[in-house]
Amino acid sequence: MLVPKARGELSEALFGALRERPSAWTAVFDADRRDREDVQIALWALYELHYRGFEDVDEDLEWHPDASRLRHELEADFELLLRSRQRRTPALEEPFDEALFALVADHDGPSVASFVQREASREQVLELLRYRSIYHLKESDPVAWVVPRLSPGPKAALMELQYDEYGCGDPNRLHAHLFARGMEASGLRTEYGAYIDDVPVEVLEQNNAMSLFGLNRRLRGAALGHLAAFEATSSMPSRRIAAGLTRLGLATEMVAYYEEHIEADAVHEQLAVRTICGSILAEEPALRDDVVFGVETCLDLEDRFASWLIEGWSHE
Amino acid sequence: MSEIGEFEHPDEIICPGGPLLIRGNHAVIDSDGIIHHTSRPVSAICRCGKSANLPWCDTTHKALPERLRP
Repeated sequence: MLVPKARGELSEALFGALRERPSAWTAVFDADRRDREDVQIALWALYELHYRGFEDVDEDLEWHPDASRLRHELEADFELLLRSRQRRTPALEEPFDEALFALVADHDGPSVASFVQREASREQVLELLRYRSIYHLKESDPVAWVVPRLSPGPKAALMELQYDEYGCGDPNRLHAHLFARGMEASGLRTEYGAYIDDVPVEVLEQNNAMSLFGLNRRLRGAALGHLAAFEATSSMPSRRIAAGLTRLGLATEMVAYYEEHIEADAVHEQLAVRTICGSILAEEPALRDDVVFGVETCLDLEDRFASWLIEGWSHE
Repeated sequence: MSEIGEFEHPDEIICPGGPLLIRGNHAVIDSDGIIHHTSRPVSAICRCGKSANLPWCDTTHKALPERLRP
């Protein structure tokens, strides 16, 4: 993957610095940071240095002090933004696992899956798959950062889920690979990050939130809360999307990806809520608010994406 | 006495209102006598009876009124 297209003054300056390695990053730190989309693509690229990187950026820049400093500054602003969007959630009652499932169940947001099941056109579904590919081609990677930051109980619980996500040792069953096969069979590009220039700010925020939580140890509670909400809102929507793809005659490989998630995420939601969040909160009850922050962020960012997408589609 | 304790790690977990989780490899016989083999580290067996993917859970229990949940 090459460095994405710049979306404003900050990303223009940053991507230039990443490619050309100037001695000083003055232009980057002087750049205006008021454009949300510009800031999010810059942050996404900084995170990407820690995943698979860019062909036109020296790998040595992963831990460049200026890149780290900028990432830290942008992350601080982004975390404040995410926290400012949190609803006032009443304190969750015991048992925590049932309260967490109820919090997700009571959330009523616009549903991309229902739209895909009943109304979406083939072109609209292909558009959705391009947006989802930014995450699904690195599926489960952001929360993998959390593993070495956990004590034995929650670490083993998280790995029990991650092992399944990563195909139980069989690359043919690795979820990101299943999605790539579905993309190929649907006539879409399968290279990692291929559609980054097409995605709206809502998708960048969804991806950046997962990296923010995964790459900052102090936010481990939020990372696991996000995982729980993500898994708990996946199985039934996956059935709806699989039904929509079948209705439109899309590739069976892509249908298979969603069908796998009906069954897998019926397991994963129980693990994420009960054994993963359950074990970390048993050890560190003080992380309760952070777990809820992760849950709410996941639900809120999907609402924002779904609203944007369905609003746009309804005017087509 | 050792300070490194042993964790609880049951082979089966009953999820209130939801499925039964089973760890490891199992063969599950459904009501028609058909054998289904588990394929993942943990599997979720439907307990509400309404799954469209029996014997596995597909989270249909969440759409049921509380009195019909297992």
